[in-house]
Amino acid sequence: MLNSKRLVLAHFWLAFVVFGLALLLGEWQMFVRSPLNPWIPNSELYYRSVTAHGSAMGYVFPTLIAMGFGYAITEFALKKPLIGRRWAWTGLALVAVGAVTAMIPVSLGLASILYTFYPPMIGNPFYYIGVVLVVVGSWIWVVLMSINMAAWKRDNPGKPVPLAMFANVAGALLWGWTAVGAAIEVLFLILPVALGLKTTIDAGLSRVLFSWTLHAIVYFWLMPTYIAYYTIFPRAIGGRLYSDAMARIAFILFVVAAMPIGVHHLFADPQVGAGFKFIQSAFTALVALPTLVTIFTICASAELAGRLRGGKGPFGWVAALPWDNPMMLAVTFSFVMLGFGGAGGLINMSYQLDASIHNTQWITGHFHLIFAGAIVIMYFGIAYDLWPHLTGRTLNSVRLMKAQLWLWFVGMIVTTFPWHYVGILGMPRRMASYDYANPAIAPEALSVSISVFGGLLLVISAGLFFTVLFRGHRASQMDPGEYRFSVAVHEPVRVPVALNGFALWLTLMVALTVVNYGYPIAQLLALKGNAVPAVFVGVAR
Amino acid sequence: MSAERLFTFRNPWFAAGVGITSAMVVLSLIVGFVLLPYATTSSQFASLWGAICSAAGVPRASAVSEPLKSPIVTSDVVINSQMFGAPDTRSVGRGATLAMQCAICHGSSRQGQIDTPNLEGQPAAAIYKQLRDFKATARVNAIMSPFAVKLSEQDMLDIAAYYSYLPRQPGSHPDSAVEAPPIVARGMPMRNIPTCSSCHSTTSGKLGTPWLEGQSAVYIQAQLQAFAYGTRRNDISQQMRNIARHMTSQEMNEAARYYAAQP
Repeated sequence: MLNSKRLVLAHFWLAFVVFGLALLLGEWQMFVRSPLNPWIPNSELYYRSVTAHGSAMGYVFPTLIAMGFGYAITEFALKKPLIGRRWAWTGLALVAVGAVTAMIPVSLGLASILYTFYPPMIGNPFYYIGVVLVVVGSWIWVVLMSINMAAWKRDNPGKPVPLAMFANVAGALLWGWTAVGAAIEVLFLILPVALGLKTTIDAGLSRVLFSWTLHAIVYFWLMPTYIAYYTIFPRAIGGRLYSDAMARIAFILFVVAAMPIGVHHLFADPQVGAGFKFIQSAFTALVALPTLVTIFTICASAELAGRLRGGKGPFGWVAALPWDNPMMLAVTFSFVMLGFGGAGGLINMSYQLDASIHNTQWITGHFHLIFAGAIVIMYFGIAYDLWPHLTGRTLNSVRLMKAQLWLWFVGMIVTTFPWHYVGILGMPRRMASYDYANPAIAPEALSVSISVFGGLLLVISAGLFFTVLFRGHRASQMDPGEYRFSVAVHEPVRVPVALNGFALWLTLMVALTVVNYGYPIAQLLALKGNAVPAVFVGVAR
Repeated sequence: MSAERLFTFRNPWFAAGVGITSAMVVLSLIVGFVLLPYATTSSQFASLWGAICSAAGVPRASAVSEPLKSPIVTSDVVINSQMFGAPDTRSVGRGATLAMQCAICHGSSRQGQIDTPNLEGQPAAAIYKQLRDFKATARVNAIMSPFAVKLSEQDMLDIAAYYSYLPRQPGSHPDSAVEAPPIVARGMPMRNIPTCSSCHSTTSGKLGTPWLEGQSAVYIQAQLQAFAYGTRRNDISQQMRNIARHMTSQEMNEAARYYAAQP
């Protein structure tokens, strides 16, 4: 039962259109700064493109996926119409209007400041206003998800909230709190300068507030992927979820510990004390826990499926898994990329090890491997799984889907592994051109060129993805039946109050934020004379 | 089940959630704010509170009040364009007397040795700065240093005024066949080397820099090498050392020969 098909489909299509355009920009960037292209005379074009690519891929694309998937989950899991569908359309409209509002100044070269804003650089105010509109649109979704869960709990007292909805609301609440940091930064520090009311800005405080958002935003991107691991994958391969409680605990851990750890992005920044860097580094290590729990639970679920399909012995169940199933492929690839990306992440979060790769291409490689790799490949899987229910038509191109997933996986490895490597060699990120004739840089040329071809594979893969979806819209009509989420081995009849709501965990999240961020922010607010002149980007001088 | 109370330590989930989170906070506070500050060898704290404040990033005065003094003496000369105006004739006269002792090496009309620079017509600021640096031992030379030690501030100003008052003599080995090598003509932007004439020029030199035309090739090359090896380090902010370090010996040779051949 899905009453809001058009709503969900609109979210997914807008998300994928944005993704397709931004992907082309990304590949162009890979090309122009590689040795395959002699020189980009106007480096401003490169930064313009990076800003558009980052803003679209970081703010618009995953937000729309999380929103659309969230609305679908609400109706599928709670088995009742979405409350506040008109508000949901308003949210979508705000995201769409915000995306266009932000992209106009970017494409005019008036806001080439990259999606992380980087004060004291200041761009055109409409860029920030557009980003704020996107976030406000997503906050409508946050509120709607909470209202829908609360309404369901009121109607079903004592019953466990379906896992998919529980996880969905976890993601929504995490995002609601996560976005606050950047929202404060934009509204109170950046916009007054961008609008011409002030000429100086406290860049250090801005960066601290942005770090509030910058790390947990990744976990917000990750949520749909983890929801798919737990609630779609075991069903798709004909098995059961190993543990419902473990899944809830994993999502709860994300809510509590994913946000107050962002200072590990500021290891090289002087305005935060080393003690706070250490605390947040320690809590960053804690966030590895829900991922390890997830890998264990999902592998155990896969083993159950393999054994149900007749697999024997310590490894026979692996061979017995349905390897021709796109969801099986997607999760496998996602796990491999998550493994490598996670290992790299352990280096980034270590205060000392970070020093050797800070601000190098390693970082760019890392977050592409995690986000564009492990996370986005599951977005494809989610789309393939949902599409028949959204369109009422079959999705027949299974071979094409598998080819697409393979290409995305291989492409992402070929793109990001050399990227990590040149980072170790010391190649800085965020640069439009490199002098590969310089003996110190020449060894990086081959790896950078290989990356370009990896990016090309990704573009081809995205082409296949769109082909599959288009064909799906023109395929024969069918009744997809009721949408089902995975069933746990031990279906929860009753769960503790703590695992059925977020009151305790939100309290812990806010308390931990106060402990980890309270003093650094208060100190910077109290210090006088740390504002620096703004650097206006795109202004004629 | 709805009767189950959450916010009480009797609820095991509440106790575990709050307990584990608090334990992690306390543990990381102890490690991050007490153990690690003391583990760093460079830290010097007056008290435990000092260590905690340091880890929290509180701006504080160092417990060690005396700043470390570098054993390396660097140039502390400050010059500006107002310091050397129109030559004062009395100053020039005193300078002429004082310069008698310079003439043995920096002899008038190019009679000097090949390892010394010509001074006639050099900008006053350039001569004054080198004298000051010799006296302060920011620049060291076995012959030159003992002369500079005895000079007073006014002596140095007078000598500078005298030499800048003299007309620049034409070069002794002009050779118009020597063309400007690339390092002189264009510099080497890839290695952050600007053209020599962006600072050194007889017409519009940068304040405090000497012109090079007609100087001895041996002298120019020796100074470039001294800058490259760091044996001469009285250039402010390493501006000349950063250039010389990135020059090849071939380029130093070419630049020196080119300037020596200028009229």
